[in-house]
Amino acid sequence: MHIMEGFLPWYWCVFWFVVSIPVIAYGIYKIKKVTDETPESKSLLAVSGAFMFVLSSLKIPSVTGSCSHPTGNGLGATLFGPAVASVLALIVLLFQAILLAHGGLTTLGANVFSMGIVGPFVAWLIYKLLNKTGINSAISIFFAAFLGDLLTYVTTAIQLSLAFPQPSFTSALSVFMGIFAVTQIPLAIAEGLLTVVIWNGLTSYKPYLLEKLKVLNPKENSSSKTES
Amino acid sequence: MNKLKINVILIVLVIVIGVLPLMIFSGLGEDQGYFGGSDDAAGEVIEATGFEPWYSSFWEPPSGEIASLLFAVQAAIGAIIIGYFFGYWRAEAKYKQDK
Repeated sequence: MHIMEGFLPWYWCVFWFVVSIPVIAYGIYKIKKVTDETPESKSLLAVSGAFMFVLSSLKIPSVTGSCSHPTGNGLGATLFGPAVASVLALIVLLFQAILLAHGGLTTLGANVFSMGIVGPFVAWLIYKLLNKTGINSAISIFFAAFLGDLLTYVTTAIQLSLAFPQPSFTSALSVFMGIFAVTQIPLAIAEGLLTVVIWNGLTSYKPYLLEKLKVLNPKENSSSKTES
Repeated sequence: MNKLKINVILIVLVIVIGVLPLMIFSGLGEDQGYFGGSDDAAGEVIEATGFEPWYSSFWEPPSGEIASLLFAVQAAIGAIIIGYFFGYWRAEAKYKQDK
């Protein structure tokens, strides 16, 4: 989903920076708040960031014959809210832009918007909605991570179609969707499954902390505690 | 079914998702235009519109070897942190039950 260095007209670079910076600022405030209120959540924050590090380094082949990578943004978004995931995504994107020439500094705002804002927001929303209906949290987190990953790439396709609407926005969109979104479907499923693996560990070892962060229903929690 | 069994099944499924494309396009490689990155594919479409990238990375890994080194470092940093905390939490949970 990385838009490469220099591959957006400068005014779009500025636009996406303007959109992303306030969310990053709010995310930093939220990190401070949650680590002050619940100091034991720091380890969970580290694991969420680390999960993003691992997943976004794995370039996996897809059935379309090209390679792409998962994002890992659904886990942090579900645990801490989308703005915190934005900050984690910024760290990953900076690492890749500076050391790997993957993505770029000029396109950082645009890439933070897709991987750090839209994807996490969708994941967080899906988890909240499914969790309310009482569906098992492992199934909820699967769909949250799957759609968070997929919508990250859909966002990149939309961003590029807005910047390069040739010959028209819709025809550009179908081209970029073909490149990013279709390739991404199996990888998004893989991301969903891997997020469930981590989730199963968290609900086994840290059920009280998840309850404290209000991501787990106390009702489901009591059953999983006896199970583990 | 316990969570360990579920996790093993999930990881096997992930491996299947990763291996399937290699079987479908078996024998094809970069020279035939397969298994390239989707980021680069989008870059080619953009350049076809006549757009000239106006800035390029100030540093690039000088070879594919160095790039794979740095990707491995990225994955290792993440994996160490996840492994450390899961080991810590597991022992913590076990110790609490023993009490």
